[in-house]
Amino acid sequence: MLEIISTLEFEPFLLSFKLASITTLILFILCLPLAWYLSQTKSKSKPFLEAITALPIVLPPSVLGFYILFALSQNSPIGIFFDEYFDVKLVFNFPGLVVASCFYSLPFMIQPLQSGFENINKNMLEASYVSGKSKFQTIFKVALPNIKPALMTAIIVTFAHTVGEFGVVLMVGGSIPNETKVASVAIYEMVEIMDYTSAHIYSAIMLIISFLVLLSVYIFNHKQNNKFSGLQK
Amino acid sequence: MIKININKKLHGSNGEMDLNIDIEIKDNDFVALAGESGSGKTTLLRILAGLEEVKGTIKIGDKIWLNDKINLPPQKREIGFVFQDYALFPNMSVEENLLFVNKDKKMANHLLNITELTKLKKRLPNTLSGGQKQRVSLCRALMNKPKLLLMDEPLSALDPSMRTKLQNEILTLHKEFGTTTIMVSHDPSEIYRLSNRVLVLNQGKIINDGKPKDVLLRTTGSQKFSFEGELLDIKKVDVIYIAIISIGQQLVEIVVTAEETKNLTIGDIVNVSTKAFNPTITYKKN
Repeated sequence: MLEIISTLEFEPFLLSFKLASITTLILFILCLPLAWYLSQTKSKSKPFLEAITALPIVLPPSVLGFYILFALSQNSPIGIFFDEYFDVKLVFNFPGLVVASCFYSLPFMIQPLQSGFENINKNMLEASYVSGKSKFQTIFKVALPNIKPALMTAIIVTFAHTVGEFGVVLMVGGSIPNETKVASVAIYEMVEIMDYTSAHIYSAIMLIISFLVLLSVYIFNHKQNNKFSGLQK
Repeated sequence: MIKININKKLHGSNGEMDLNIDIEIKDNDFVALAGESGSGKTTLLRILAGLEEVKGTIKIGDKIWLNDKINLPPQKREIGFVFQDYALFPNMSVEENLLFVNKDKKMANHLLNITELTKLKKRLPNTLSGGQKQRVSLCRALMNKPKLLLMDEPLSALDPSMRTKLQNEILTLHKEFGTTTIMVSHDPSEIYRLSNRVLVLNQGKIINDGKPKDVLLRTTGSQKFSFEGELLDIKKVDVIYIAIISIGQQLVEIVVTAEETKNLTIGDIVNVSTKAFNPTITYKKN
């Protein structure tokens, strides 16, 4: 058993976690202002924005992957632009995977943040404005510290969801070792070549990590809710 | 001097109405804003705070907060706002709640001292009682030495004894800082104790404006005392009639003549007054 484990390649796992970390970071920075806007706006465009950002939940990964592939390929305007100006190709390589993952995991970052912001007592935000604090200060000093459970959920679930993605990655990235062959793709290939031992070990590792991640989120949120029980009206 | 002249269409619970306010408030005044719910009191406070869009002019001293061209955001208006639900920052201790507004430690300690909160200054808000929370909220609103203090039913969620205590503290703070204050309140005794001017709002318009004594006391002419109540029932007992009237939380019986009953219908709001004798007041409980 030990022998099998020692001969296994762990690059696919490292790649998965690298992809998930970068995607989570990018999405956090992009989604924070967007989630805040969606939580505060009374604009008529809100339902449209919400529907668009939620699309990746309902679309089959292959559809999403197909469109991303189509949009980023070297024959598309976006692909040509990136190739000409930055010398970056966006399909069948790691940067392409990051772009695809950002689309795929977008709702898992936006939705917890938005509902966290929406559940904040509005008077509390207004008390901050009245005290002379800007929106920026209010978001970072008042809003964010009081939605820690939502923040934690958004970051961890986005991370875990990106680690767990398969369809989009396969469509956009293929399976190039050390470049786009992430853990989920590796497992698929192991099953295809009937290497069930490796598939078992890989799957077990994914299962355990996923469970521990979710468990830690729920324990954290449980503790936070007890601490700030006076938060939500 | 604060000059307010504003107009806003409101979609309230009683349908559409115009909020139409044109008043001047003197410096250091303590103004109570009374009126039925849905009459526009809270909206008026929020407009003054800059939390609500409106057309008109608001001028405080020589500084313009609102006119055709200018609309200062809440951040620039130098106001304090006390919310009915306290709206404290749950992630900050009592002291941090105050220092978040203004990093003036001396001022924070002074306010906490007046309101007897010094011992609690390291505690988080959700470990405090309602009265304590509202005192923190009051201190927080004063941290920037605001030009105008706005309070939206600050004491309505508290029990009567805590109310009295906080009323005293509000009075102390008002005497000390002289902050021009507008407070929404439904409680006549609170209005009488704290304010020197009452504005009564109805359907977005001021229908009564004066000293608390003149607005609140319902006696006229030579009446010694007078209560408003609802006529609940009229009973015939032998040759006389007895009217049962609900005044405040109490029911009283009043003898009425057969002639008088003709003008009364059950459900009427009636005035019970007398001028023939001196009422006596005896101690009951503190």
